[in-house]
Amino acid sequence: MYRSRFNFSRRRFVQGLAGGSLVLGGGLGWGATAGPAFGPAALGGGSAGRASAGISRGAGDETLTGGERGSILRGTDFELAVGAREVNFTGASRTATVVNGQLPAPLLYWRQGDTVTLRVTNRLPAPTSIHWHGMILPANMDGVPGISFGGIPPGETFAYRFPVTQSGTYWYHSHSRFQEQVGLYGPIVIEARDGERYHADREHVVLLSDWTDTNPEHIYRMLKVQSDYFNYGKRTLADFFADVRKQGFARTVADRRMWGQMRMNDTDLLDVSGHTYTYLMNGVTPAANWTGLFRRGERVRLRIINGSSMSFFDVRIPGLKMIVVAADGQDVEPVTVDEFRIGAAEVYDIIVEPKDDRAYTIFAQSMDRSGYARGTLAPAAGMEAEIPRLDPRPVLTMMDMGMGGMDHHGGGSASHDMAGMDMSSMDMDHMKMGDTQAAPSSSNFGPNVDSVAAQPTTNLADPGPGLRNNGRRVLTYADLRTLGGPIDSREPGREIRLHLTGHMQRFVWSFDGKKFSESRPLQFNYGERLRIVLVNDSMMTHPIHLHGMWSEIESPEGEFLVRKHTIVVQPGQQLSYGVTANALGKWAFHCHLLYHMEAGMFREVVVEQGRQSGGQS
Amino acid sequence: MLVAVTGAAFATSASAGAVPSQPVTSSAVAETTGDHMSYREMADTMQMDDTARVGKVLFDQLEWRDGDTGEGRGTWDAQAWYGGDYDKLWVKSEGKYVSTGHDTGLHDADVELLWSRVISRWWNMQLGGRQDFGPGQSRTWVSVGVEGLAPQWFETEATLYASDEGRTAARLKAQYDLLLTQRLVLQPFAEANLYGHSDRQHQIGSGLSDLEVSIRLRYELRREFAPYIGVVWLRRFGGTADLVRAAGGEASDLELAVGLRVWF
Repeated sequence: MYRSRFNFSRRRFVQGLAGGSLVLGGGLGWGATAGPAFGPAALGGGSAGRASAGISRGAGDETLTGGERGSILRGTDFELAVGAREVNFTGASRTATVVNGQLPAPLLYWRQGDTVTLRVTNRLPAPTSIHWHGMILPANMDGVPGISFGGIPPGETFAYRFPVTQSGTYWYHSHSRFQEQVGLYGPIVIEARDGERYHADREHVVLLSDWTDTNPEHIYRMLKVQSDYFNYGKRTLADFFADVRKQGFARTVADRRMWGQMRMNDTDLLDVSGHTYTYLMNGVTPAANWTGLFRRGERVRLRIINGSSMSFFDVRIPGLKMIVVAADGQDVEPVTVDEFRIGAAEVYDIIVEPKDDRAYTIFAQSMDRSGYARGTLAPAAGMEAEIPRLDPRPVLTMMDMGMGGMDHHGGGSASHDMAGMDMSSMDMDHMKMGDTQAAPSSSNFGPNVDSVAAQPTTNLADPGPGLRNNGRRVLTYADLRTLGGPIDSREPGREIRLHLTGHMQRFVWSFDGKKFSESRPLQFNYGERLRIVLVNDSMMTHPIHLHGMWSEIESPEGEFLVRKHTIVVQPGQQLSYGVTANALGKWAFHCHLLYHMEAGMFREVVVEQGRQSGGQS
Repeated sequence: MLVAVTGAAFATSASAGAVPSQPVTSSAVAETTGDHMSYREMADTMQMDDTARVGKVLFDQLEWRDGDTGEGRGTWDAQAWYGGDYDKLWVKSEGKYVSTGHDTGLHDADVELLWSRVISRWWNMQLGGRQDFGPGQSRTWVSVGVEGLAPQWFETEATLYASDEGRTAARLKAQYDLLLTQRLVLQPFAEANLYGHSDRQHQIGSGLSDLEVSIRLRYELRREFAPYIGVVWLRRFGGTADLVRAAGGEASDLELAVGLRVWF
């Protein structure tokens, strides 16, 4: 239904230009290079490194090739210049915010145990900043203007310096205004002091992002004045009749009445969609097809980073099993899956073992199925594999509203034809819907909160809207076990409970009904182990990021599962995690959807010595 | 309950190879935990502000109508607002312009200026004043109303008016968007006006004066720009109908409309 409305120009817009990328010379660096990227185990040297992303797909390849080694910066001292540059992903020229002239920003390759110095010079006419996402570092090096430091004024240089105590895959991005949306993001890979736990013969960074030709200030304004502006997947009259045919008139009317009573839109999965976004993989459009090379039989590690501003992606590589070996930079017990959802700012490292001399598509469809990022793993440049069709657009259910599991078949089944699916392979383990518990009274969050999850689900084995019962083995948080256990095995001394709240129509987002401007800082006591419980009252999925300290997700029974820096909380879900307040200073705590953060879903956290408990505002 | 902190608490589980046993220098702390900034200072430094004001101008109806009477006229129904998440300044206006015959000019036109305050999840309270324009003595009203989203997605306005001459009036409006496709939208609309006293100058009788029920089919070329066609049924009641008939008019009218729904 949705797909059939793609016309040619629309398709071109969503997929981008075949040759569409940076206009100026200088190339895409590691992004476009189909080479064995780096790392001690990389094979093939630079011999294949000339393969470029846009091969044989149109003119302008020269602007794409590049692949200079300079785009991977190694060592302990780095000079980074934040500036503006012209880019063209869709046929229209736009100004991006870039680092050293590159979009994405250069890959920073560090070694665990080193102390790194990064001199960031601002060549923009506006203030800038860089936040090292997921890094454990001193508070004044965290790069959040107003909290960590004063920002970097135009023309000035700020020297970040901190010891690298961790290893794994991370990323960095601007924390100023909407610069992240227009290109200021790049990957960080930190080589483990003792070598990689999981052997790979070769590795590639796969950084997903969402490019728009629209000024982000305009996007934000549109969301404020008409919050469904970018949603071209709403329920129509035709959907109504299709549902009547499938489930009968009474049930369809009851369903519509229920949503109408709540004045909620069950198709609002992402606020900003492929209507304006062109999804990029390593800065390359789907049409231009970023390609990472492999040799048959190799173990290939993909370090997959969601550097987007507002997007969740469902990632799979048809034909290959994916072994997830790290989450947010932290090694986990290997778990083999067909697909995983990655929220904005999340990171997963996977290993794939292609056995054939063929191309494999890396397919990352946006959660609302309005578009996709796409690249290829291939034994040689210029190859490509079939691109899967977008899945049916998911529709939220009452369970997603935190109203209990009324519809166990989950999203998508209500209004879309699922006939082609192999329903026999449904993994019912993913559908354990028990474990709901009554939420405390939280209906008094004020007029800018449009819903409260009366019965939040605590089920971490639910892959989320659009992924339930899709016939594939989909990763969930319940599958993840960080190796080595929690950083701090003490029982949390206290609990901070926060509701993720908002008003979809007015586009107001908050914690506990309080926008950042209305809130007071959360107080953590230096040294304490505490538990944060998030209850998602809203019907959107939120990636919640605590700066400076790890978030260690627990099972509903309190058992340690996985250490992360960004935690995705599904609609109507309750989730808890342990935090050890071992980092003095002021930190940011926020939803990593850029416009949710702007609209108020942000808190300051203060870690101080000797404070008595407080913090719940 | 606070647990005593020892260095050992942070030195556990070194096996992860990524343990944040983070030394934090006192200078780093001093730099970041200084005096608490005001929200305004913070918003300026962060370049992030959830109190920022936004505005919108919407011509919900901007159309040309042609009816039984053969008298063509342009009509509009517009609103504009500006403000933050709680308080906004609203301007509303509606009316018609007749371009032929002895009636040439503005008719039944008004402009309202309102303070709009969020009072609940779905409703805003609106206080202000309304100025009428057109033939006859123009009236000035104080307005008190609610505006919001009623269950089942009906955009609704209900406003009470009082004038210094002791006149009272009420206006009810409701509309709904039915999506035929993602861009083709059928919009039923209804507006009713009620008056406490008759007003012969303006051909208004007391009680339910007039009801307009219309349906418009628009195509959103962009969200902000949608041409439409519509059918408008006008019905006058009671004293109003009598006065209109006495002046040679009809109590009801069926009109075709062609117009644009635009906003920016």
